[in-house]
Formats: sequence, structure tokens, C-alpha cells
Amino acid sequence: MVAENPRVFTIDEAGRRIVAANLVVAGAVLLAMMLLGLTMRLGQSGWLEVPPARFYQIMTVHGTGMIGIAALGGITVMWYFLSQYVRLSTHILTANLLLFLIGVVIILTADFIGGFAAGWTILFPLPTHGAVWPAEAAFWHLLGLMLVGAGLLLVALDFGRALIARYGSLGRSHGWPQLFGLSNDPLPPPTVIAGTMVTIVTTLTVIGGASIMVPMMINALNPAFTINPLLAKNVIYFFGHSLANVTIYMAVVVIYELLPLFAGRPYKASRIFVAGWTGSTIMVLIIFPHHLFMDFAMPQWASGMAQVLSFTNSFPAMLVTGFGALALVHRSGIQWSLVSGLLFLSLFGWLAGIVPAVIDATIVVNSVMHNTLWVPGHFHFYMLLGVIPMILAFMLYLTRDRLGRSPEKDSDMWALIVYLGAGLGFVLVFLYSGRHSVPRRWAVHWPEWMVYDRFASVFAALVILAAAFFIVRFLIGLRHFLSGR
Amino acid sequence: MQELVWDIALLVIAAIAAIFLTVAVRAKQLIDPDRIHAFTYGFRAKAFAALVIVGIAVAVITLRQLPYVKSSAVPVSQVVNASGFQWYWDLDRASAVAGQPVEFRVTGGDVTHGFGIYDDSGRLLAQTQAMPNYTNRLLYTFDTPGTYRILCLEYCGIAHHGMVSEFEVTAP
Repeated sequence: MVAENPRVFTIDEAGRRIVAANLVVAGAVLLAMMLLGLTMRLGQSGWLEVPPARFYQIMTVHGTGMIGIAALGGITVMWYFLSQYVRLSTHILTANLLLFLIGVVIILTADFIGGFAAGWTILFPLPTHGAVWPAEAAFWHLLGLMLVGAGLLLVALDFGRALIARYGSLGRSHGWPQLFGLSNDPLPPPTVIAGTMVTIVTTLTVIGGASIMVPMMINALNPAFTINPLLAKNVIYFFGHSLANVTIYMAVVVIYELLPLFAGRPYKASRIFVAGWTGSTIMVLIIFPHHLFMDFAMPQWASGMAQVLSFTNSFPAMLVTGFGALALVHRSGIQWSLVSGLLFLSLFGWLAGIVPAVIDATIVVNSVMHNTLWVPGHFHFYMLLGVIPMILAFMLYLTRDRLGRSPEKDSDMWALIVYLGAGLGFVLVFLYSGRHSVPRRWAVHWPEWMVYDRFASVFAALVILAAAFFIVRFLIGLRHFLSGR
Repeated sequence: MQELVWDIALLVIAAIAAIFLTVAVRAKQLIDPDRIHAFTYGFRAKAFAALVIVGIAVAVITLRQLPYVKSSAVPVSQVVNASGFQWYWDLDRASAVAGQPVEFRVTGGDVTHGFGIYDDSGRLLAQTQAMPNYTNRLLYTFDTPGTYRILCLEYCGIAHHGMVSEFEVTAP
């Protein structure tokens, strides 16, 4: 027995308002962060003068902000669809948005006025040893991160509460009794299984992040209090990698829920589906040591384990979601539209983005690729062409294309083609630069690298135009969604 | 290595793109969902088996070539102590002889840096992190004499990009 997807999604007025508010903020921050990204590439290309201190502040805001918006957009997608199955709190989602906004203001102030520029990775002891920014700026930046994290934690705990109230335990909502043959009951719907994974991973991730940020804040106030840098790096990547990764698992439910509407076939949960998501729940939390391959002081078993798990972590995405969604579309007579096109693109971006990531998670490769532009190449692949199109598809679905029957315009198709083409060009330039050993996080590029930066700048500008087109479309149609029609 | 990695990545990404393109183009040629379902499950099992076999083979081959230096490794005659500081490298010697292994003992003097060895064509040859409180041992044998460069590969503050030193390798 399997559960199928609902044909019609319902949401009350308060829910519509907060979902709309979240998406408006996510869209605005996304465009702002994209413009900062373009500024960095223009600075590296030599076409725009960006002083190094300003470049690294921008880099810090861009990295932090993009993960923040992926989390905000992703959790909103998850909240909307999960609320079709369990009773979620709109107040908690509102609190999350408020904490996000307060956190963003604090971070922007700490970085652009306070001068903080330790990158989103905040590797200890750089935040308090920046040489040119005061330790107070580090304190405030970390406080801003803590507030954003607190908002996410509240939503994750609300997910957990609602899932337990409806299913009895997180194990049951994850489908484990059926997976292990202990129950013949129907499996929970795909979104509930995914929501359980997101609940577990987000909760542990944010608590892990707080466990290192609080000591770092104390260090900012009292330098005599120090932390082991390797321990700090482990915890930071447990937090940072897992959080960045889980945003995909938040947003991917849009494929489970919407693609069936366009393809006219249900997306079914199965024991393989549960097994895949169970594997993801575990692996996402323990593969972070692949960020520390070049820390030779790490235990070799941790590095070896991280390499193997980085390989196997791609299996659920490729074989469960990837195969399942492709089979759903294959010869289905799917209605192609801006929304279904973005969903299809997002699936490609996620799966193809895994390829350079897995390759770089091989230790011998990492020796010559780590901290080159190969790395932003792989994560921009599944962020720019995976997570963001998932969130954009959700936004556009809500406002103008609810049943995929709206008339499609030529401009829609052109925007989609530009986003795909320029996005692909943008990430391939990163990867190609990595092939040529161009280091990442360098404000000033050597002349021989600038040709890559110039191509990247043109591609980035085109991607921003297409993204702006989608977001303007969303804003125009927002009244339609808010009216509840 | 870099060329091989690029070629493999491009090939697999192109294969995935071809699958998506095929599915998109043939989407309107309707077929019974049950036939697709049966085909998918059969194909998925084969794909899973293929991924496991390839994954095990790659893991076995690559995990035998780890860059980590064991304490019991053969002693090397050329040792370079390297410390990273904001924003320069402090090397106790800036030259070595080609054809013989060099052991770089790398640490961070203030914050974490990245010790990346580049050849004169701008190719990254090897790297390790330079972290305070830890000394990472990087073993590398230079094949050809010339001027090499040490670049910082871990972001360390606002002059990170200027943290470059030269390292001379002479003929034996």
C-alpha cells in the first residue's frame, strides 16, 4: 500500500500570508546576493575595481546570505507541503522570518560597517584574529547567525512536534516500521518521510552550530578563552555542510508534490524510497570530514569513511529521487510550462551537480582540487541549477500556474533557456578554472585567470536577468495567491 | 590529474544531460505507466549494482594513494619547516633538490592557512592545511628543477591573495 499525492493543496489565510512574506524576502535576498556574487566576479575580472577588504566582506555576506536564503526558501517549501499532512504553526513560521530578518540586519551591520570578513566558514581563530576588524564585529556576526539558526530550529521542532502528534514518533513518520517489516500499514507520503529527515538533520545541525558559535562568541569577548582549531573546524563543517545540504532535501518535496500534477502520474513512496531517505538522514550528518581531507592531522579512518560515504550519499539522490522523477515524466504527456520546466531543470541541476562534488570528495583528487574554483563550481551547480529552481518553481506555481494550465508565453521559455544556458555556463567556468588550479577566495586574480572571470561575469549577469524575470512574475501574481483563489 | 578529472566530470554530466534531453523530447509519446514502472525498477537495480561496483573499484584504487605521511615512513633528507602568518610564509629553507622527496612540515602561526605548491605553469601539485597547534607533514618529490610557488589556499584575511612565496628546485 502506498500513499499518493493530493491533487489540491489547501492553506488558510494566515498561512498564505506568512508563506508569501517568506518568499518575498527570499526572492529579494536572492537577487541581492546574486548581485554581490556578480560584483565579486567583476572585481576578479578586472572590469570593476573592488578593494580587497570590501571584496572579502562581500564574499562573507554572499556565502552566508545564500545559505540563509536557501534555508528560508527551502523550509517554506517544506512547510507548505508538510502542512497538507500535519498541523503546523503559522506563528512559528512567522517567528522564523522575524529572527531571520533581525539576524540579517545584524550580519550586514557587522560585515559592511564593522568590517567583519571571515567568510561564511568562520574558521577559528580567524573571526577574532582578522587583524583589521574588531573582535566585537565577530561577536555580532556570530550573534546574527545564531538568530537565523534559532528561527530554523523553531520550525524544525514544530515539524517534529506535528509529525509525532500525527504519526506517534519520528521513526513512524520516517516509515521505519514498514522498512524493517514490522508493519503492513500504508507508508507515509513522500513529503512526510522527507519532512522527518529534514526535522532530524536541521535540529542536530543547528544545535551543533550553536555549540561552536557560543564558545567563539565567548572568545570574542575574552581572548583568554580559546578553542582547539581542528575541533572547531570539524563542528563548523558538521554545521555548515549539513545545513547547506539539507536545504536541498527541504526544497526537493516540490518535485514530489508538483511534478505528478503536470505529469498526471502519482509519485509513490516505497520501501526503496524509505531506505534511500534513511540513508540520507544518516549520511548527510556524518560525511562532513570530506571538507577536512587536507587536514592531515585528522584520523585516516575519518577521511576514508568520508570518501566512501560521499560516494554512497549520491545513491539515494540518483536512484530514488532521480530515477523516480524521470520515470514519472518519461512518456507521460507532461504539460510543459515554466513551472514544470523549472522542476525538470532543478532535478538535472541536482543530479549533475553531484558529479563534480563526488569527484572532489576523492582524497587523491582533493589534493589538487581543494580550495580551487572547482569547489564553488560544484556547489553552485546544485544550488544555482538545483535548489534555486526548486524554490522558483514553487513561487511561480503559487502565483500563476496552479494547475499548469495558464497560457505560456514566449518570454517564459526564453527566460528558462537563458537561466539554464547561462547558469550552466557560469558553473562550468568555475569548474574549468578549477581544472586550471585557480584558487578560490582570492580578491585579486592574476592576469592569466581573468579571461575565465570575464566569461563568468557575463553568464552571471544573464542568470540574474532571468532570475529577476521569475521573481517579478512572482510578485505580479502574488495578489492571486493571497486572495486564495 | 586535473585534465582527467575535468574530462570525467564533463562526460558524466553530458550523459546525464542526454538522459534528461531524451526524456524531455519523448515526453509526449504516451505509454502505459505500469510498463514504465516495471522497466524502471529493473533498470534501477542494475544501475545500483553498477554504481556499487564502480564505487568499490574507485575507492579501492584511490584509497591506496593517500597523501598522508605515516610516522614510520622512510626518513627523508630534505625537510622544510613552513609556517603561515598573516600574510606571508616563513620557510626555514627555500630550495630543494629535484628527484628526491621533500618533507614539508606545515603549521599556522596565527590563523589557518593553506599550503599549496604550484609549478611555473600555474598548476597545483600538492597541498595541505597550515593550522595553528598542528603540524601537517606533506611529502612531495619535484621531478624537474625550476621556480615553484607557494600559494595560500585557505582564506586567512584581507591580504590572503597576496600570500605567495617562491621555492627553488635545483638539479641533483
